[in-house]
Amino acid sequence: MNGPKSPNSWQYRGLNMVNPGLDHLSNGLIDLVKTGHNVVAGSADLQYSNGLNRFAEAYPDRYISFGISEQNMVSTAAGIATTGVVPFVATFASFLGLLTCEQIRMDVAYSAQPVRLVGHHTGISLGFYGTSHHATEDIGTMRSIADLTVVSPSDGAQLEAAIRASANWDQPIYFRIGRGRDPVVYDGGTTFEFGKAHVHGFGEDLTIIACGITVHAALEAAAAMNAAGRSVGVIDMASIKPLDRDAIIEAADRSKSGRLMTVEEHNVLGGLGAAVAEVLTDEGKGIRLKRHGIQDEYSLIAPPTHLYAHYKLDGAGIRAVAEEFLRS
Amino acid sequence: MTLQPDVSTSAGHNSHQPDATTIEHLRERAQFIRLETIRLIDIAKTGHYTSVFSAAEVFSALYYDVMNLRRGEPGWEGRDRFTIGKGHAAVGLFPIYADLGFFPKEWLDSYTRLGSPLGDHPDMRKVPGVDFSSGSIGHALSNAIGIALAQRWTGQDYKVFCMMGDGEMQEGQVWEAALFAAQNRMKNLIAIVDRNGFQLDGRVDEVMGIEPLDQKWRAFGWEVHTVDGHDIAAVTTLLRRLRADGAREKPALVISKTVKGRGVSYMETEPGWHLGWLDPTDAQEAIAEIKAQVI
Ligand SMILES: Cc1ncc(C[n+]2csc(CCOP(=O)(O)OP(=O)(O)O)c2C)c(N)n1
Repeated sequence: MNGPKSPNSWQYRGLNMVNPGLDHLSNGLIDLVKTGHNVVAGSADLQYSNGLNRFAEAYPDRYISFGISEQNMVSTAAGIATTGVVPFVATFASFLGLLTCEQIRMDVAYSAQPVRLVGHHTGISLGFYGTSHHATEDIGTMRSIADLTVVSPSDGAQLEAAIRASANWDQPIYFRIGRGRDPVVYDGGTTFEFGKAHVHGFGEDLTIIACGITVHAALEAAAAMNAAGRSVGVIDMASIKPLDRDAIIEAADRSKSGRLMTVEEHNVLGGLGAAVAEVLTDEGKGIRLKRHGIQDEYSLIAPPTHLYAHYKLDGAGIRAVAEEFLRS
Repeated sequence: MTLQPDVSTSAGHNSHQPDATTIEHLRERAQFIRLETIRLIDIAKTGHYTSVFSAAEVFSALYYDVMNLRRGEPGWEGRDRFTIGKGHAAVGLFPIYADLGFFPKEWLDSYTRLGSPLGDHPDMRKVPGVDFSSGSIGHALSNAIGIALAQRWTGQDYKVFCMMGDGEMQEGQVWEAALFAAQNRMKNLIAIVDRNGFQLDGRVDEVMGIEPLDQKWRAFGWEVHTVDGHDIAAVTTLLRRLRADGAREKPALVISKTVKGRGVSYMETEPGWHLGWLDPTDAQEAIAEIKAQVI
C-alpha cells in the first residue's frame, strides 16, 4: 500500500490544500520580505498548523525551526529583535499567550523588543482538543502587559493588513488569530490601523462590539435583527490595545436603549468586554453592557462549530442573546 | 530484549519473562488498541493514529500486565499511576480504560462529541482512569514526580510510570524534572520515551536533535535502558523487571525504540500522518493490514 485511496482521506502536511485560509500569515510575511523588510519567522513544531511552511518554502534561510520549545522561541526572538531583524514567532495561542507569558513580559515587552507574536487557533477553535489547547485567557494576559500591542483580526484579509501595518509600528505585537477557517468578513481586502476599530455601523437599539471570529457572527446577527426592524450596529475591535476609545464612546452616545454589547471567544473576565467596560466607567457612561463570551468557565469539548452554537457565539446565538438583553 | 551494557540491576534478567499465553494476550490487546483508535478517530473525523500506533505495545504491557491496578476501581489508592506527556495519544488509552471497567464502554461511542468527557487529550476531571491531565507537552514528568514524591507523606506504596514523546524532549521543563528526580533519588519513577523518530514538523533529528539521548539521561543521573518498543515480550520483561527492582536508587528511563504509525505501512513512512483521517474504505484496508500482521 502506498497511501490511502480515497481523496477524502487527508493528513497533516496537506492542511494548506484542505484549508487555504492558512495562507494569510505566510502571505503577509512574504509581502514584507518582498518590500524590503528584514523579517524572519519561526514556529515551535507547528508550521503546518499556522501555514508558515509556505513562508519556509519561499525563504528557507529566513525560517527558524524551534522544535517544541515555546519559551526558548520567545526569548530567542527577543534576542534577534535587538539587532533590527524583525522576528514573527507563531504557535497555538494557548501556549504563546499563557505558557510563554513571562518571557513575553520580560524579554519582549519590558525589554521593548519589536517581536511579533502570533497566537493561532485561539479561543475555543481547537474544539475537542480541550482546555490545554483552548485560549480563553490570552486577551487578558496579553493586554495587561504594558508596552505590548494586542491585535485580534477578524479574518485573513484583516490579518494581512495588520501585518503590513506592523512595518511602521515600534511596539511588540501579539496577534490573536483563528484557525484559518474563519469566514470572510472583508471580501476584496481591507485596511488596518492600530488604535482604530473598523466600524460597520452604530445602532440605536444596540451596537455589538466584537473581535476575531465573532465579528462575522455579530454581523450576521445584526443583519437578521435589522431585517426584523431593529437598529443594530457592529464594531470590529481588531485593535484591542490600543483600544479605539472614541468608537466605544460614540456607540454609547448613540444608543437609545441605554445598552451596549460585547462578544468575544474568550473569558468575559479580562477580555474585550472588560476592556470596553473600563472605558465606559472611565468616561462615566451610565449604560448597561452585556459581556457575552465564555462565562468564567472551561469550555466543553466538541467540534468547534458545535461549541460556537452551544456557547451562542454563532450568528443565531448572538442574536438570541442580544434580543434577550434588549428585552431585559 | 536489548539492554544497555552498562546497566546493572539487582533483579535477574530472565525471571520476569511473560509466558506464551500472556504474550499472546498482550499482543492481541495491542491490536485492539490500534483498531479502537481507528474506530474512534472516525467519529472525530481527525486524530493521531500514528502517535498511538508507536505506543500500542507499551500501553498494552503497562495496563494489561505490569501496572498494579484493580478492574473497575480507577480511584483505588494503591494503584500504580501513569502520566503521559504526549496526551494526543489518549485516543488509544480510552478504550483500555473502558475495557478495564473504569467507565462505561458506551462513552467511547460519543468520543469528542459535545459534552463528551473524552477528547483529544486525557482529562482527569472528566475521565476515570486518567491519573493526570495533559495536552500541553512537557508537564507529565513533573506531574509523575509529584505523585511519586507524595508517597513520603502518605505512606502509600505504588509505582509511577510516565510516557513522553521524543519531540517532548525539546521542552525545557522535562530537564528541570530530570534533575529533580535524580536529586531526590526517585526510585519509584519509571519514565518511558516513545522514540518513534518523528514529531509534527518532521524528523526529530532534523527539527531539533536530541541524541545521544541515553547519554543525556544517564548524565542527568538516571538509570537508562533501551528496548524495541514493538517487541511485546521484551517490553513486558523490562518493565516488569524495573517495577520489581527494589535495589535501584535512581529513577529509571526506558528508551522505547518504535516506528511512528506501526501497523499501517504508508503511515510508517509519511510523517504527515501525525494528524489525519481515513475515509471508511481506507480505514477498512488499514484494519485488514493490521489484522494480517503479528506485531
Ligand atoms: C507545549 C506544546 N507545544 C506544542 C504542542 C502541539 N503538538 C502536539 S503533538 C506535537 C508533536 C509531538 O511529538 P512527539 O512528542 O514526538 O510525540 P509523537 O511523535 O509520539 O506524537 C506537538 C508539537 C503541544 N501539544 N504542546
